[in-house]
Parts: sequence; C-alpha cells; structure tokens
Amino acid sequence: MSGGEALLEVTDVATWFDTDRGLVHAVDGVSFELERGRTLGIVGESGSGKTVLARSIMGLLPKKDVVRRGSIRFEGVEIGQATPKQMRKYWGTSMAMVFQDPMTALNPVMKIGQQITESINTHLDVTRAFARELAVSLLESVRVPDPERRMGEYPHQLSGGLRQRVCIAVALACGPQLLLADEPTTALDVTVQAQVLDVLEAQQRERFMALLLVTHDLGVVAGRTDEVLVMYAGQVVEKASTATLFSDMKMPYTEALLESIPKVTEPSHTRLAAIPGRPPDLVDPPQGCRFAARCAYVQDRCHEEQPPLRPGLTPGHEFRCWFPVGTPEGAEALARNRAVAATPGEAP
Amino acid sequence: MAGTGTAHLRPETDALLRVEDLVVEFRARGGTVHAVSGISLDILAGETLGLVGESGCGKSTTGRAVMQLPRPTSGSVRFDGVELTELKGAALRRRRPQLQMIFQDPISSLNPRRRVGDIVAEGLDIWDVGDAESRRAKVDETLDAVGLDPDAARGRRPHEFSGGQCQRISIARAVITDPKLIICDEPVSALDVSVQAQILNLLEEMKERYDLTMLFIAHDLAVVKNVSDRVAVMYLGKLCEVGTPDVLFAQPAHPYTAALLASIPVPEPGASADDTGVLGEIPSNLDPPSGCRFRTRCPRARERCAEEEPQIRNVGPDQYVACHFPLAPGEQLESTPA
Repeated sequence: MSGGEALLEVTDVATWFDTDRGLVHAVDGVSFELERGRTLGIVGESGSGKTVLARSIMGLLPKKDVVRRGSIRFEGVEIGQATPKQMRKYWGTSMAMVFQDPMTALNPVMKIGQQITESINTHLDVTRAFARELAVSLLESVRVPDPERRMGEYPHQLSGGLRQRVCIAVALACGPQLLLADEPTTALDVTVQAQVLDVLEAQQRERFMALLLVTHDLGVVAGRTDEVLVMYAGQVVEKASTATLFSDMKMPYTEALLESIPKVTEPSHTRLAAIPGRPPDLVDPPQGCRFAARCAYVQDRCHEEQPPLRPGLTPGHEFRCWFPVGTPEGAEALARNRAVAATPGEAP
Repeated sequence: MAGTGTAHLRPETDALLRVEDLVVEFRARGGTVHAVSGISLDILAGETLGLVGESGCGKSTTGRAVMQLPRPTSGSVRFDGVELTELKGAALRRRRPQLQMIFQDPISSLNPRRRVGDIVAEGLDIWDVGDAESRRAKVDETLDAVGLDPDAARGRRPHEFSGGQCQRISIARAVITDPKLIICDEPVSALDVSVQAQILNLLEEMKERYDLTMLFIAHDLAVVKNVSDRVAVMYLGKLCEVGTPDVLFAQPAHPYTAALLASIPVPEPGASADDTGVLGEIPSNLDPPSGCRFRTRCPRARERCAEEEPQIRNVGPDQYVACHFPLAPGEQLESTPA
C-alpha cells in the first residue's frame, strides 16, 4: 500500500475506557491503511479490541469516560476526535457498518422498506417513489428473494440470513465508500454464512468499496480478504497480506490461534493444541509482550521488554515478537521451553 | 433427509441409549411445530455420538426429549434398559442423576447468586450423598479435575469467572453425580477458539476419567468430528445420514452433508467456499416439505423426492443415508441449478 492515496489512514489509534477499575486499554496504538476496493480482515478473540477499533473509526463510542488518541484520516480529513454530531455527515454516504446481530440492528416495529428508504431520504435528495425503487433494487442486489413483498414485512418475519441481507442493504443504501462489517455472519448458520459473505464480496467488487471485515474466524479471513490484522489485547500483533500471513506467519499467537481450531481434515479425537490461560486484564496490561504468559516461545526477555512491530521479509508484513515462528531464535526458544517442560517438577 | 427408519441402529443389548421413532411437536399459533419427526438413534456405552445440523433442525429438542424435558410427543427412549417415557414422578427422578446436561451459554446456565461450591454440590445435596465432609471433599476433587483451583473457586460466584471457566464449572456440576450419559448442547459455541480447544480437550479427559457416554450436539462440523465416534446429521426434524466421522466427512453420501462440509470456511487462502450448492434457507417446521424434507434446497432433487420419503439405508461400512439419490463415493455435489 502506498501512502497518500489511502481512503482510510489509521495512525497510532488508542481508545481507552475509564471504568471503576481504572483505564481499560481496549485499543492501544493501532495503525493501518486501507485503499478503495480492498478488503482488510481484523481477527482476534473476544476482548482483543477489534470491535472497539471498528467503532472508533465509525465514531460510535460512548460519549462519556472515553479517552481517544491518535489519528484517523478519511479521504485525508482528520476524524479521530470527531463527535457523533460531526460524524453524522459521514454515516451512510461515506462509511457504513453492518453489525453482528441482525435482529437487534433492525428496528422491530418498522417495515423493512421504510428502514431502507429512511436513510436514502435523509441523505439523498430524491423523491419518495425513487427512494422506494432504489430500496427494491438494493434488496434485489443483496439477493433477497421477492423484494417487493419483503418491503412490507417486519424484521421478525424474516430469517436471520435474510435480516442480515437487509442490514447490508441498509448499509449500502447511500453508496458508502467504506463498509465496516463487524462479525456479520457469526450469528448465522454455516450454509447461510457463505451466502451472506458472497453477497458482501459481490457488492464490494461492484461498488469498488473498501471493506473492513471484523471476525474471529480465521477461515473467513483466509478466503475473503486481501490483508489481515491480527489483534491481541488491544494491539496489532501481526499484519500481512492474507497469503503471507498463512504461508509465513511469524507471530506465535497467530500460529497458536490457527492450531487451536479443530479441522475436518484431521482424524477424530485428535488432541487440540489449546492456548493455555486467557488474555491479560487490559486495565493493567503486562509491561512485556502481552501474549507472553500464554506463549509457547516465551523467554525472559518477553516478560521484560515489549516487542515493537517489526518488518518481516515480505513488504507490508509486520509482527510483534522477539522469537518469531520459523526463525532460528524462535526454534531455539521453543526447543528450550520444551526441554524445561519435559523436566519433571518444573511446571511453569 | 427426510428419512425415517432404523437400519442404522445396532443390537439393542449393546446400547446405553436407544431412541426409536422420537417425535416432538409443539402447538403454536398457526399450527403445529414439527420439531422432531421420527428419528432413531443409539449410543453404545463409552461412545460419543455427535448430532449436527443448522439452527432449527431439532437437535437441541432431541437432546431435551432424551432427558424427558419436555416429554416427547411419541416414541421410545430406552436408557440403560429402562423405558424413560413410561417412568413417572419419583421413578424418573431417581434416574436423573445418571443423565446430565451441559448447555451452550455457560454464564446464564449457572445461578448468579450462588457460590460455585454450592452450585457444584447441588446434585449431591439433593440426593443426600454422604455427609457434609465427604461432599465437600468430592466438590474439591471435581473442581480440581476440571482444572479449577478449589480453594480459589469454591467461595466465588459465576460472574467472577470467564466463559471458559464457567463451562468448566458446568462440567464439574454435571460429572459430580457420577452420570452415565452426558448431553452436551453446543458446549463450546459461545467460546473463543483458543478456549474452545481447552474445553474440548477437557471433555475428552472427563469422558475417560469418569467413564462417560456422550451425546454431543453442535452445529460446527469440525468440532463434532473432533469429539465423536459416530455422527448423525439432522435436517428439519429428520435424520439425513449416520456414520463414523472419518467416512462421513471424507465421502458424504447425503447431499446435505456434502453441502454442509462445502460451506465450512477453510483457514487456507484461496480455499474459499463459495459454491455450496444449497439454495436459500431452512424451511419452516410449521409446514415441512412433503417427501424428503431437504428437497427444496437440494440440487439433486427430482420428482420422487416430493412424493416419497426416503428411508434410512446402509450404503457402506457403517454409513447410513436417507436419500433416494445419494452421492457415490468420490462424487461431488454439483453446484446450484437454475
């Protein structure tokens, strides 16, 4: 990605929440760029900060008790500190969001048609008849069968997959340049998931939109994105083109995440490579590497000194690790830990 | 699928649980919900049966009907030689400790106001097993077995634990009454993948340690394959296919099984799953399709599928399918027709 022409430039963004327990470092210094027509996947587990990052870009954060730092530039304009009131002109026309739960994202007492035309009428200067026509063609484009009839129905009359298509239609209504999809298929069945992701992909291609796909599923990321950010405990721990990430991952967390997924190609009763423990408390993140306590490669240095994001061999590949996967120092660290683990009475 | 039949059942003497022609219907506005429509299953002692399907296919209802919660509309549930559907009141209650359940949402399935020690001990308290001292020892031993520090966990309440830890508490609560059969209803689908792997490994350990038999209900095929000795695929209240996971996943005979497998996103770039072949979404079980219930979404459906319900039949070594036109070994499911 070359500078200057990116649609979205996120630089050192931090979003902290002030709670009774102290400042929660939900997003802690994230940077990336996204161009038109490209898809960026953000993967991570619950609490890794991926949703807060997407909401920070959209400006959908609580009004109170939030600390925001860093810069978010959309088409070169700084929106990192914009209030919801200032963001209003971006929503719908410049950027739009699709949420995880299609039931709560739609208004249950409003007809489908109205929910789509509402945003068209708000943002675009068109007649009601034209807005309606546009809404029907939007439903058609997201492959909702029998769109005319669906216009007059309420959300509860639709299945989860259809509701999510309606949410996508609402998000696309005013032709946004950037679409943020936050776990858009997590609530859906696997057969429907593929259909909804196909719709998203087709629309993105047709409209040359930038797509930010937030998900916990590395399988979804692998097939549907150009580039991936792997997040852990509020930070980016690895960033690479999708092909590089899967062929040459350097971050032990990425490797552990991939290995912990059960695979249909493995025989039954294969013992899974679980990641021990759980993510750190973000009120008081560890001073060293945030993954150190759960990492198979961990050495003393990891607990003491936080690794910076450093470049890999492939352009655009960055990772945050002192003892990366597939390097001599990484292999040595792993071997050392295994030797210690094999010694009885030396449990970490 | 659509199919009924019992060709896939093994000799009754071997089975710990044998369900025959189970029907569960609910009355609703607008008619009757046909949640489970005549399915038969058996589980041998020590075996794990994986039950997979999309939401609304009746897999959870099947699990609950085995527990007699609620009682099935008709059909037989024989557990350890006893017909559960005929047991009433105290006789059924006496059987309950042998059948335990683990639910999907680990946090809401634990009483937030009670302490973990009391939650886990409840089964023992109800049955007045041993004295207070021995119960306490058993609670500690069980908490330790599921990977929680008894001294730290005992006095705390569920909200102080993460989702994965709450699921460990649920497992402790389930195994403490020395059950024979555990029904796990989507036990890992609310968990992150890293924690999911911990819990799946733990379930395998528990099975070994406490000599358990399991009915494992889930929508995730990879998870089901990992834990199961035998897999049954359900669709809209009926069984599609039953077999050993290695065969069923390598060469699915039912078009629905093949479609489910094809729609799993594979964590390898370029291996995008876009042509699943399955059209649209699961129909309503208020008014299920005639004949084979899968025919409205099946790329192989022909006239016969609408007229005649397929019976489950043997198509290979321990592979049973309810389909008029099953896939031959190695045959691919063609993509969506016009």
